[in-house]
Parts: sequence; C-alpha cells; structure tokens
Amino acid sequence: MSLHQLTSHALLDLIRSRQTTPREAYADVVARIKAVDPKVKAYVHLAKSEPNFIGEIPIPIAIKDNLCTKGEEITCASRILKGFHSPYDAGVIERIKKSGGSILGIVNMDEFAFGSSCETSCYGPTFNPWNLQCVPGGSSGGSAASVAADEAMWALGSDTGGSIRQPASFCGIVGLKPTYGRVSRYGLIAFASSLDQIGPLTKDVKDCALLMNIISGYDERDSTSVNEPVPDYTKSLVNDVRGLKIGIPKEAFVEGLDLEVRRAVEDALDLLKKMGAVIKEVSLPHTPYAVATYYIVATAEASSNLARFDGVRFGMRAQPASTRKNALLDMYEETRAKGFGDEAKRRIMLGTYALSSGYYDAYYLRGQKVRTLIKNDLDEVFKDCDVIMTPTSPTVAFKVGEKVSDPLSMYLSDIYTIPANLAGIPAISIPCGFSKSGLPIGLQLMGKAFDEEMLLRVSYTYEQNTPWHLKKPQL
Amino acid sequence: MSISKEDVKYIAALARIDVPEDKLEGFAKSLGGIVQYVEQLQSLDVENVKPTSHAVPVGNVLRPDVVKTSLTNQEALAIAVEAKDGSFKVPLVIE
Repeated sequence: MSLHQLTSHALLDLIRSRQTTPREAYADVVARIKAVDPKVKAYVHLAKSEPNFIGEIPIPIAIKDNLCTKGEEITCASRILKGFHSPYDAGVIERIKKSGGSILGIVNMDEFAFGSSCETSCYGPTFNPWNLQCVPGGSSGGSAASVAADEAMWALGSDTGGSIRQPASFCGIVGLKPTYGRVSRYGLIAFASSLDQIGPLTKDVKDCALLMNIISGYDERDSTSVNEPVPDYTKSLVNDVRGLKIGIPKEAFVEGLDLEVRRAVEDALDLLKKMGAVIKEVSLPHTPYAVATYYIVATAEASSNLARFDGVRFGMRAQPASTRKNALLDMYEETRAKGFGDEAKRRIMLGTYALSSGYYDAYYLRGQKVRTLIKNDLDEVFKDCDVIMTPTSPTVAFKVGEKVSDPLSMYLSDIYTIPANLAGIPAISIPCGFSKSGLPIGLQLMGKAFDEEMLLRVSYTYEQNTPWHLKKPQL
Repeated sequence: MSISKEDVKYIAALARIDVPEDKLEGFAKSLGGIVQYVEQLQSLDVENVKPTSHAVPVGNVLRPDVVKTSLTNQEALAIAVEAKDGSFKVPLVIE
C-alpha cells in the first residue's frame, strides 16, 4: 500500500516508528495529486511553498478555498476575489501549522459555498472520484473529493447547511460539522455567520477525532467562539453502543427519499440495534420547514456579509467605460455584476429582498421564529435520546449538470443536514453502503450541543463493524 | 407571491449589482420560485414565538484594551486594487 492510501493515523504510526518521514509522505501525496487530479479537479492550486514538517502531527492536508491561508490566493471560487492573497492565517490554519500539518493546496468549492454540487465554482466543477460523471457534492466538494481520491490525507471544509456532510456522503468519507462555537471562525470568509462552522473531512472516524483535537478550542478573535474545555476526542473511540438511545425521526423517511438510501440507513439501524442500542421513533414536526427557513436566514446573512466585496479593498475591480449613476456607484455595481456568478447574485438578491423594507417581518423575522420552533423540536427529542439518526442526503451523487438549472431541487439536497445548522448542534456523516450503481451512501448522526464525543462513539462503533470505509474508488 | 422584472431591478439596485435588461426575466422567474417555496412559512403560527438569531446564547464579549501587533499598513494595502498615501483609493466621487 502506498503512503497516500493510508489513513492519517496509520501514516502517523509509520512516521513515529521511523518507517517513513513527513517529507516522504508529503511528496507521495503530491505525486498522487499530479497523477489523478487532472481527472478529479479537486485542487484550485497547490501550496506556494513547502512546509517545515515540524510538529506532533505532520500530516498533509487540503484546505477549502474560503479559509484564509497566509500568502495563498484565497477566492471562495469566485472571480470577485481573484488576486486576493491572504495576508494572514485563519485560526484553524494557525492550529494546523502549529501541529506540524503540511498544507498541500487549496481545494475547490461552490462559489461562496452557495451550492450542493461544486458546480458554481468559477474554476469549473470538481468530479466525484467514484464516478467522474457525477458531482462530489458541495459546497466542500473539493475537500471531500481530494480525501476520497487519496489526494489528501484529510481536509478542512466549512458547513453552513450541510456543506461538509453532504459531500462527505457523496464521496464515501467521514465529515463532521462541530457545534457552533467549538471551532474558531476567525479567517473563514463568512457566508452566514450564525450558521457557519469549520470541520474535518477524513477517511475514517479515528482521523476525524484526531483532526478535531487539533482545530477545536477558544479563540478570542471570534466573538462567538465558546470558551469551554475541549476533550481528547480520541477517548471517544469506544466500540460499544449498549444502552445508548438513538432517535429516528418519522419525518425523515418520507417521499423524495431514494429507496436504496432508505434501505442502507435502515440496515445500519438494525446493526446498531443488534449491538445493543435502543431505537426510538421520534418526531421533529417542524423540520419539513427547515429548507424554507434556511433560505431566508442564510441568504439574509449572506447578502450582508458579501456587501464587503465591492472592488474597493480586495480582489477584482471593474473599470466602467461610461458613467451611468456616478463613478463610485458604477464601479460597485459593475464589479459585483462581473465578479459574482448567477447563483451568488440570486442568493444576495434573495437575502436583500428578505431584509428589505416592508418584507422584513414577513420573511426574515418569521424565518427566525420558525428557527426557534425547529430548535425546540430537537431540544425536546434530546431530552430522551443520545443521538438522532437520518440519511445525510435523500439521494446518492447526481450527474454533473442535472440540477444546476433548478435551484430549488438543488436546495432540497440539504433537507436532512440543515436542521443541525439552524440549531447549532454537531452532526456527522459516515459511509453506510453503496448504491447498485456503485456510489457511496451516507448516514447522518446529530448530537447535543458540545457532545461531539457521543457522535464519534456511535460512528466508531458502526464503522468498526462494517466494511464501507475500507473501499476505495478506482481512478 | 411572484417577483416582477421591476422587483428584480429594485432589489438589484439595493444589492449594488448591475443586472442587464436581458437577465431580469430569468432572475424574476428563479427568485419567484424560491419566494413561492418559502411562502409555506406563512402557514405556521408564530404569534408567541421568540426569534432565534443565534442557536448558542451569545452576548457582548469584553477584553482588556491592550495594544497588540496586527497587520501593518503596508501589509493591509498589499491586497488593495489601488492605494495612495497609505489608504485604499476609489474613483472620484466629489468634483
């Protein structure tokens, strides 16, 4: 087995027992990128400089194009940020570097994380390593595809409505959205500030725990960072679910859910039951409203966050040929017209509309109230459940181009993942099978706020008793 | 509720995006579809429900006012499209 095919923890064992070196491992992964990335197109660009390899966990990592990394061009896969070379490191990047992590490069995403397929990127789409005609999911599609294709040992992504979990599911890997406030958002280019979280995409659950150990913790530069002690997440890798209560929301198994996905999740449920978990049918009556709520709250916050991209401070600036309103206003409007893609414009306009005079109460305020109802549903269920289990996405990976012209059907791809962002709770996606067509299926577990440990424990138990995480795509 | 071409023009102006005439129709249609979808929220009774702006309780965060190193003027301006006299430069607004 080549080094790039290993999990990060297996590679770490080899490094610690002096059977390989961090430099050798890095070179091996870079060679893999050069061999297969022309097909997968996960990377936007490779890192400008070689790392120093000094630290406890010198593992090669891929970074999503919205995490500020000093000296690298970071663009959120948008033309409007072309030419922006970050002058500083995000909080998570500092932590990665301090731990010895070596940055391989910057990976693709949907423009400003607006999408579930990685197709809205200004660099063009990334392809699913399991089937190059399919999307890798999104928005962290480059992160997921790079890990699944062994082009990175692990990766960082961000999740606003499912952007870590859905691509992890489509690419057959593990993806965790931590509790809101667990990981510093300092240096993450904001999409929706009350929903965004940075998290790991990894080859197995143990790697997920290891990467969480590196990136979690308080950061005074993010005013929503929570100052709570961070546990050693590797202590949660316990192969035992006896007596644990798993809630199954009846609303999750309805029309629109692919039959193969449903069967795989039900099989997983049976297995966990056999291993001693207690299965409880529960109800989350307001979750059918989650997608609608999300597209009000998230776009409203996005329209405000993206106001800073106006051609004045970073990225590109258009030079209008003639004067329409006044020189400055013309420059703003033309820069934003040329810089943003259609989906970004659509979401900015939708958010602007929801916040505009006369519509604020009917849309934004109402959306925030329904958000409360969804959060209350989850709080109620967690009074008597340790985790809640659902599919991660209603389907397996779809074909490139299949949904790109129908925004609404694309949005429904996140129907199971959005509630965790609205409620701020942690949620993980792990592989739970394959479709007949050979595409991975993902299973989602949601947990109580700051109880990532329970998610890791149940995921680890399931993984240790199933073969899915061991399969690799043929490239 | 549907979205008209006039609505798109108005929203685009608020959002500082120049949307050309031939694109108004397309945005009106796709935005209209989404607005229609989110109309389902109107069917819920939210009379006595408090809005959630953050899922985790957040408040003012205070810290001692201590001077620390940050980006220098030069580093910050290195990313500027146009800079002059230590500032970001924009097109002339006042004659």
